[in-house]
Amino acid sequence: MANKNIRFLAAPKIGTERKKYCRFKRSGIRYIDYKDPDFLAKFLNEQGKILPRRLTGNSLKYQRKVAQAIKRARHIALLPYVTDLFK
Amino acid sequence: MANNYETVIIFTPVLNDEEVKKQISKYTDLIKENDGAMVHETHWGLKPMAYPIAKKTTGIYHIMEYSAPGDFIDKMELLFRRDENVIRFLTTRLDKFSLDYNDRKKNGLIGRKKDKTEKKEENSETAKAEA
Repeated sequence: MANKNIRFLAAPKIGTERKKYCRFKRSGIRYIDYKDPDFLAKFLNEQGKILPRRLTGNSLKYQRKVAQAIKRARHIALLPYVTDLFK
Repeated sequence: MANNYETVIIFTPVLNDEEVKKQISKYTDLIKENDGAMVHETHWGLKPMAYPIAKKTTGIYHIMEYSAPGDFIDKMELLFRRDENVIRFLTTRLDKFSLDYNDRKKNGLIGRKKDKTEKKEENSETAKAEA
């Protein structure tokens, strides 16, 4: 009967995973600028590698565009090809 | 049939301001001579690069937006490759979304868009309140 006495002030968040979503679809972004390295840095890990869709939640269409933009930014030396401790 | 293009050129940091202007005008004139029309130009100037290119750690960035016939790009890129002052270049074709984006960017609508619109609304509200 001890269990009945335990009460939480707020509902515990265990087991409630927030659903991932594509930020481009949600906020209506149609074009990803390759000249904006600060924005593209959101989709890179510390080694400067492109994060997979399963982590960012991007839809396939926009993941392709993000990848293209990052590769363009790397070519014009706005983003590094290889690094350590990026960010 | 003219397409819309955007070219990013990186010049060597060895050039001084006048030489850079001369180089840029050389290519802008080239576009105009080949039935192209300049839409917009952005000069970023000297910027550190993410990795060294041709043993240089900085570069002078210049961005050109223009419309030109498709066969012109090959000609211009050949000149870029022959030019010792150009260390890197990138040409992309602009589709309708990127054109729209560039238009909005020119009008200052991109970059912390939400903050600005919120501030504007606040300002207009305060202005109304004052009036």
